[in-house]
Order: sequence, then structure tokens, then C-alpha cells
Amino acid sequence: MAEEEQVLGKAYDARLMRRLLGYIGPYRRSAFAAIVCLVLGSACSIVQPYLTKLAIDRSIRRGDIGGLAGIAALYILSIVLVFALNFGQTMLVNLMGQKVMRDLRLEIFRHLQRLEAAFFDRNPVGRLMTRVTTDVDTLNELFTSGVLSVFDDIFTLTGILIFLFLLDHRLALAILCVLPLLVAVTLLFKIKVRDSYRRVRTAIARINTFLQENITGAAVVQIFGQERKQYRRFTAVNREHLDANLQSIFYYALFLPLLEVVGALAVALIVWYGGLQVLSGTLTLGTLVAFIQYSDRFFRPISDLSEKYTILQSTMASSERIFNLLDTPPAIISPEQPAARAVERGKIEFRDVSFAYRPGEPVLRNISFTVQPGERIAVVGATGAGKSTLIALLNRSYDTGGGAILIDGVDVRDYELAALRRSIGIVLQDVFLFSGSVMDNIRLGNRSIGAGDAVRAAETVHADPFIRRLDGEYEARLGERGASLSVGQKQLLSFARALAYDPKILVLDEATSSVDTETELLVRDALARLLAGRTSIVIAHRLSTVQNADRILVLHHGRLCETGTHQELLHRRGIYWKLYQLQYRDQAPAVATGP
Amino acid sequence: MNRSRYPLLVLAPYLGRYRGRLLVGSFMVLLTVIAGMCAPWALKYVVDGLQQSVDGSRLFSYALLIVAISLVEGFFRFWMRRILIGVSRQVEYDLRNDFLAHVQKMSLSFLQSRSTGDIMSRATNDLGAVRMVLGPGIMYSMNTVTLLVISTAILVNLNWKLTLLAYVPLALVSISVKQFGRRIHDRFEEIQEQFSALSTRTQENIAGIRVVKAFARENSEIRAFGILNLEYVRRNVSLIRLWGVFYPLMTALIGLSSVALLWFGGRQVIQGRLTLGEFVAFMGYLSLLAWPTIAIGRVINIFQRGSASMRRILEILETPPGIRDLEGAEEPPDAGGALEIRNLTFSYPSSPRPALSDVSLSVPPGKTLAIVGRTGSGKSTLANLIPRLYDPPPGTVFVDGRDVRGWPLRSLRRRIGYVPQETFLFSDTIAENIAFGLESKAGEEDILSAARVSRVAGDIESFTQGMQTFVGERGVTLSGGQKQRMAISRAVIGSPDILIFDDSLSSVDTYTEEKILRELGKVMENRTTLLVSHRISTVQRADEIVVLEEGRVVERGTHGELLRRGGAYADLYHKQQLEDELSEI
Repeated sequence: MAEEEQVLGKAYDARLMRRLLGYIGPYRRSAFAAIVCLVLGSACSIVQPYLTKLAIDRSIRRGDIGGLAGIAALYILSIVLVFALNFGQTMLVNLMGQKVMRDLRLEIFRHLQRLEAAFFDRNPVGRLMTRVTTDVDTLNELFTSGVLSVFDDIFTLTGILIFLFLLDHRLALAILCVLPLLVAVTLLFKIKVRDSYRRVRTAIARINTFLQENITGAAVVQIFGQERKQYRRFTAVNREHLDANLQSIFYYALFLPLLEVVGALAVALIVWYGGLQVLSGTLTLGTLVAFIQYSDRFFRPISDLSEKYTILQSTMASSERIFNLLDTPPAIISPEQPAARAVERGKIEFRDVSFAYRPGEPVLRNISFTVQPGERIAVVGATGAGKSTLIALLNRSYDTGGGAILIDGVDVRDYELAALRRSIGIVLQDVFLFSGSVMDNIRLGNRSIGAGDAVRAAETVHADPFIRRLDGEYEARLGERGASLSVGQKQLLSFARALAYDPKILVLDEATSSVDTETELLVRDALARLLAGRTSIVIAHRLSTVQNADRILVLHHGRLCETGTHQELLHRRGIYWKLYQLQYRDQAPAVATGP
Repeated sequence: MNRSRYPLLVLAPYLGRYRGRLLVGSFMVLLTVIAGMCAPWALKYVVDGLQQSVDGSRLFSYALLIVAISLVEGFFRFWMRRILIGVSRQVEYDLRNDFLAHVQKMSLSFLQSRSTGDIMSRATNDLGAVRMVLGPGIMYSMNTVTLLVISTAILVNLNWKLTLLAYVPLALVSISVKQFGRRIHDRFEEIQEQFSALSTRTQENIAGIRVVKAFARENSEIRAFGILNLEYVRRNVSLIRLWGVFYPLMTALIGLSSVALLWFGGRQVIQGRLTLGEFVAFMGYLSLLAWPTIAIGRVINIFQRGSASMRRILEILETPPGIRDLEGAEEPPDAGGALEIRNLTFSYPSSPRPALSDVSLSVPPGKTLAIVGRTGSGKSTLANLIPRLYDPPPGTVFVDGRDVRGWPLRSLRRRIGYVPQETFLFSDTIAENIAFGLESKAGEEDILSAARVSRVAGDIESFTQGMQTFVGERGVTLSGGQKQRMAISRAVIGSPDILIFDDSLSSVDTYTEEKILRELGKVMENRTTLLVSHRISTVQRADEIVVLEEGRVVERGTHGELLRRGGAYADLYHKQQLEDELSEI
């Protein structure tokens, strides 16, 4: 979050604005209706000082009480109209704003679903969340109090000017004399405020960075007893923020009164020049009073400007961040003309596959192997040997750096992406549960899996008994990250999830964390049932898994070093033999009674 | 005074510090309002004068008067804003400092139970909302009240019947503000609730994106998000409906008082009971009142948001620090670094299983004790308990013969040089990072010799700016090993009595490790050292080695003794030899 605050956007960027306005497109009827409401509303409210003029000139000075009643009635009518039109306008604009926000949020979310795993490696969760939530909400202000109120202001200003010229063009010209002054004051203010806004933003960014570091590094600060030193540093950063704000306050405090002085100049001109004309009988007193009231309304929109300026700045910054995200093209997408729709048999072939997360640091080097349909493969290797990467490439979480992966003789890149992934069931080591019911977590929103299928899947992998014990059984809610389930239960649940999808190929990263013997036996049996009749690749952490595998692939430093069955590899006394000593041998006594 | 109902009351002492300025500021509000009141009055003279025959020069002086009034008013308004809004920024500054000071005191378990982002947003966004109360909130309120009081006084004086009439709609305004306020508040909370549901869903989706993709569930995720999104919009719209009525209604009610004035005031002018000038002045006052009355709605909004935010800030500020100096805490007379642990059993609050069970150890001053064990065996927990990052139970952990809980926190921690498992460096220069634990400015030579101990000096020399090189995003990216070595330098520079290495050499290769250990040997000679590691190569030279398994001591002895015993330690030793052989293939 913090690092982006450093980027200080412009207050107005035509390119961004055009793009934002593009989102109004589908709702242009509402926008049009809102503008009509706005124009009529402004017109009705502009009439009001004129009614005052009529009241003074036509009734009050002539002593005509009846006429006064008529004017008062007209005035009430204008108030009612203004109310109705304002209401209509507010509703139309805000509803439109909400719809635009809804579309934008959905678009961002949809876009996020299309982006590849590598993108999520680079961008922390918090930052992406901000795009969907806070940034979009900031934009709302642009629609509700920004864009359209600018229209409002412009229209009111021109409307008043027209009225003034109609009433008395000489006096209107006199008021226009102060306009250059007004423009000068406003421009100066704009420049000054932009500078201090920039200072404030920079200071905020520094505060954020400091807080972030000192909260994550709290242990270091505490252990070294440096609370006071860090506190002193923080007060300095905080002080800069204060000073920047005090400077900005100075400009605001100066600008608003200056505007009023300019307004008073206009009134003084009306009083003096208009007064002379009243004396000479070329202007009525009512017109003079109306002019004074108009000049008051004339300056009000301009003083709102300072506020809108700030809104505009923050919305521009937000929209820039949003569009940057939307403009990030997804690197892994479905081919336009998929060669295959679904996996038929489940034959896997790695041809000379290489891969690196970061250039120059290869994780996999020239891996080649073939897995026959229905074959059971175990992958073993030390930490960092590239085992997890192997399975991440299979379902195109990442695309290979070199070589190709073929399933049933078709390059995985030529499959329709969703179909490919549906054909490959994946069980990850760290089971991720969504907040929702147990049932939701098995079906994962797939409507083609019936409740019966889900229960059957759970029964097959021995998840059913513990689910039945939960309060609410299959409808039991799982908390954030499924905190209420044990590690073993989560594993069984994830097996049920994979089984319910009935994939041709199953890829499984066995959990390393130990579970009690009873659960271990359940898991082992569930695993056997899950793998039955499927092509499977298992990153093995259990001795039983390597013993029961048709073939074992030994990865070492990103290379495929040995292949063979458990017994063959042990006899070879190579890498596998060493790995066996390290990882599996200890399990031997417990396994002696295994299946 | 109920703090949970009125959290904003907490701000009173903060404002109290600036009562002088606040007093001047309120005086400025008064002066601004009074000056503003003069303008319609000047108009009265103009209008009345024009009906009789004034001369041109008189008219000119009226015009000048109008400009003069606005200059005076502007002057006061300038100071009003500067002082009152300025004070709000001052209080924001003070409050933020206090916030940090408090967060610094919080225990690790507290900080880890909340996300960094959550704490940060309280210090920035929430504080911002509170600042709005202190600044614009208070200023607008004072302005509105003063304006109402003074203009009412003037208007009643001018014509009380007319005033009464014109105020009926204004009274309606304040009643509806109250009515709306309550409902707006409720709907606002509903929106916030849905917003957090939307956020949670998004957060979960992104955190679990790999599962979503692996099962090709993107579309159903989008559907689920769409439903929450729609509900969020629906709740927003229900608030908008209120706002949509609120503002236009306010404008309409104010308009009604103008009509009332036009109708009854006009009649009174015709009947000769009111001059036309007074009539115009009346209109002027009403338009002065219009904006502040509408502003009431905004002020209410500011106060409501501010009070919700203040509550969130208080959640942190009112949580007492879990680990602090106990009463009567003092340093023991004899220092030297003796470390003793007696029958220590410790569990984290979140876990039912103890992390350490019945551990007893004793390290005489100047000796080295090593602790080995697998991940999760309790090694780091043990290391964390000594400087009281977590508080051990009373009577279990002793430094220099005194229970660490009886030590002043600050002096206890100053005695200990600690190298944490995960290296954390600040984005600052290398020199500042190494000298982090020192009170006074460190000499170049001290820093350099500390850097030599961990053999990071050579690396530092290779950077173009040497010791002044920045670490982190704005500077060089250090390797894991370089970071760990800097953390070692940071720990030894303060010449502590006790050194604790919490698996601190895991990111350096065995060759470098060997060299560092040799250098460290000199530093460790007369210091008590606790060496936590999962690597045998690190610990084999220790005076005593303790093997932990699931929080229990299962073996203890020297390297040679333990190897001969052929137990867990020997097993670990052989495995690591195998690992070394493997990595060399």
C-alpha cells in the first residue's frame, strides 16, 4: 500500500477521465436525465432572486398586496420544483454512480480471476484487495460530488450571467470587471495547493512506511530496547506531516476569505454604480436588490472549487491504480482455437521441460518422462528440488520456460484452460478452506456436482464420519481458513473435494505434518481409494506412497536423476537411497503393519 | 462519562493542551460572525438611503464600507481557520505519537494477532476521521451556533414576529436533521457491514486463488462476488434514498423561510411597519443562515464517523501492554550473564498443547549452551522467553539469579544481544542498522569491527557507498545470508552479557558458517551464549548441547558424549551428513 502513495498523480488527467466516463456509457440515459434535472433545477432556483425583484418593484413599492400573494405563490412553486428536481438529480446520479462502481468492482474481480499465479506471487493480497474495495469507493466521490456538480456550477454561473445581462447589461458588465481578479486568485491557489498537497502525500507515505516497518519489526525494536529512539524518529516524520498540513491550511485559510473580498467588491460596485442609476431613475430598486442576491449565488460555486480539487486528485490517483491493474494482461489464457476440450485417457508426457521463477535461477532443467494412463507415479526429492513446480506446470499455473508438457499427445497450452484444469484434480499440501459450509467446500460452487455426489465422495475418502459429527453436518459452517478442523480432517476434506470432481489425472502434494496413527491409517486408505483408476502424480512424504507407486521419479537440483520402483532404486544405492534414509526410513516400524 | 458510548470524550485532554489557542480561535469565530453580520446591515442603509435621496459620494462611502467589512471579516476568518484547523492537526500529531508509543509497548502476541494493515489503518484512516471532528467538525459547529445566536438576537430586535415566522422552517430543518441522522447512521452501519463482507470475500478469493484456479472455479467465484456486490449496492442505494431527500429538503425548508419573509415582510413594508432596507437586510441574514444550517447535516456525519473511528483507535490504546515492568522491578547487583531455567512449562494462549514442558537448564557466565531440535520442537520459544518477548510463568527463567519478570524490561533487554530467526532490517543505512541497538552515536570503528565479526564487512566494502548504503526498497537488495550476518553484527555491537542466536546461521553456507563461528568464538569467550539451531555443524563446539523434542529435553551432553550415546542427536548428525553429501552431488 505504502509504496504507491509515493506516486503523486495529477489532479486532472484527460486520458483517465475519458476512460472513467466510458463507464457511464451504459447508463447514458440516466446521465442525460440527471443533466436535464440539473439544468431545470438550476433554472428554477435562479428565478428566485428575480421574484424578489418583482416583489419589491411591482408590489411592495406600489403597495399591491394582491400582487405579493401571486409572487409568493410563484416562489413556493419554484421551491417545490427545485426540491423535486434536486431529488431526481441526486437519485439519478447516485444510482448511476453505484451501478458504475458495481460494474467496475466486478470487472476488477473478474480480471483478477484471469491473472496467473506469478502475478499473485508479485502482488500482496492486501494491495489487490484495496483495488477492489477502497479504490473503487474513492471513485464514487467523483461521480456523486465531482463530475456532475461541475456541470451544475458551470450551468449556474452561465445562467446567472444570462439573467444579469437580461436585467441590466451595464451593471452586468460592471460585475464582470471583478472576474479577472477571481481567475487570478483561483489560479494562484491551485498552484500553491498542488504543491502542499504533494508534500502532504509524501509525508503520509513516509508515515505509512515507518508504521509498517515498526509494526512488522516490533520484536527487533523491543529486544534492542530502542522504543525511544524509534519514537523520536517517528515524531520527526509525523512533524513533517504536520508542517505540510499547516502550510496547506494557510493557503485554504487565505483563499476562502479572499474570494469573499472579491465578492464584496462586486457588491460594492453594484451598490455604487447601480445606486447612482437608481438615483437617476434608470434602474429600479428591486433590480438592484436582485443583483446583490445574484452576486452572492455567483461566488458560492467557486468557493466549492477548492474541495472538489482535492476530490479530483484522490480519484485520479485511485483510477490510475485501478486501470494499471486492469491493463495487466493475463499471461496464461485459453488458446483461441483449443485443439482439445477435455482429457480423454490421461497420458502425461514431459518433453525436455525447463522452468525458472526468476531469470538465471532455474528450478527445473530438461525434465523428460512419460506417465501411462492409470499409472501411479511418486515424485521424491529434497526441499527445493523442484517437486512442487513440476505439478504447478502440469495444470498451467505457470507455463514452461522451455520444452513442452503433453497430455494425451496434446500440448497443455492447446487445451481449453478451464477444461484442462477440471481434468486435473489437485490436492495441495496446505489445504485451503473457504468460509462457507462443508458442502460448499466440497463442491466449490460447481452446480454439476449434486449433494449426493458430494456425500458419496466424502464417504469414499472416510470424511463422512467426522462431517456427521459436526454441528449441522454437511451444512456446518467452516470459519476463516477452516480453523475448527484438525489437520487430518482438512486433508480428508480436500480428498473429498478432489474426488467429487472425478478428474482423469490426480496430482497430490502429500502433507508433511504428522497426524495420529488412527488418522494416518484413514488417510492412507483414503488416498488409495482416491488414486484408484486414475493417472496420478504424488509428491511423496509417506513411505507407503513410495512403496505402492508404479514408478518413482527422483528429482535433484531440478534434474530428473533416477527412476524406478522402490526396490530397484534402493538397490542402486544412489540419491534415492540417501533420501530414503533421511525421509522415509523412520516410518518403517509404523508401516510394518500397513496395507 | 461513558467512554464506550462517547469515545470522543477521550479527546478532551488532548484539546486541553491547546486551550489558549482554542480560546483565541473561538474568539475569532465570534468576530468573524459579528463582522459578517454587518454586511446586510450596510445594505439596509443603502436601500433605505436610495429611497430617500442620498448623494453619490455617500453611496461611494457605503460601497467602501461593504469592501471594508469583508476585509475585516476575511481577516478574522483567516485566523479562525488557521487556528482551529491548525489545532486539529496538532492534536492529530500528538495522538499519532501516542498511538505509536503505545503500539511499541504491545507484546508480540498482541501484534501478531492483528494484521499490520489493520493497525496501520487505525493510525491513518481512523485518525483522519477523528481529525475531521477536531477541525471542521468543531469549527462548523461553533460557527453555526454563534451565527444562530447572534442573528437571532439582531432579527428579534428588528422584528420579532417576522423572526418567529422565518424561523419555523429553520426549526423544521433541525428536527429533520435529527430524524435523518439516526437513520443515516443505521444505514451507514449496514453498508459498513456489507463492505467488510465484500472485503473478506475478496481477501479469501485472492488468498485461495490457487485452489480457485486449480478447480477452474473462477466463474462461480465471480458469481458469488457478484451477489455480495449487488447487496452492497442495494444497501448503498437505501442510504442514497435518504440523502436524496435530505439535502433538497434542507434547501426547500430554507427557501420556505424566504417565502414567509417575502409574503409577511412585504406586507409589513407596505403597511409601513418595516422599511424596505430592513426587509432587504432580513433577506441577507436569512441567506447567511442558509449554509450553516445545511452544514449541520455534514457536521453530524463527521461526528458519527469520527466517533466510530475513535472507538477503533481506543481498542488499541486501551489494551494494556501484556508485558511490562512489574512493581519493584530492579536490576540485580551482580551482573555476569548467568542464565538459568527451572522446570519451565509454557503454552501459547492460542494452543492447548504446551510448547515447552518441564525444561531445566543452567548456563554459567561465559559458557555456551546449544539447543537443537526439529522445527516446532520449542527451540525458538525458549529463546523468546529470555528477553521476555513472551512472558514466562513466574519463577522459571532467571538471569543473574533474578526472575526475568523481576527485571526492568529495558535493562534486561540491554543485557541481551539477540539475533532473531527471521532477519528484520530497517530501510536505513547499513551503519544505522548495525548500530541500531546503541543509545549514542556509534563510532565508525565500532561498526566496522562488529561487521568483521560476522564477516559482512567485505560485502559492505563492495557496495559503492559502503556503510552509508541504503538497505531495502530504496537501496541494495541483500541476500538472506548478508542480512543474517548484519543481524549478528547488530547483536554484538552493544557488548551484551548474553548472546542469543535463534537459528541465525541458516541462510549462510557451511563454509561461511565455519568462519563466522571462528570469529564469534572471540566474542563469545566471555559471554553467556545460547545457540539455537537445527544444524549440528553450528552447535558441535558448545559447552553443552540440549536436544529438544516436542518441548521436552530428551538428551544433553557434549557433542562427543551425545554421538557416543547414539540417540536422537547422533541420528540427526548422520542425517545431516547425508544431506551434505546429497547437496554435493
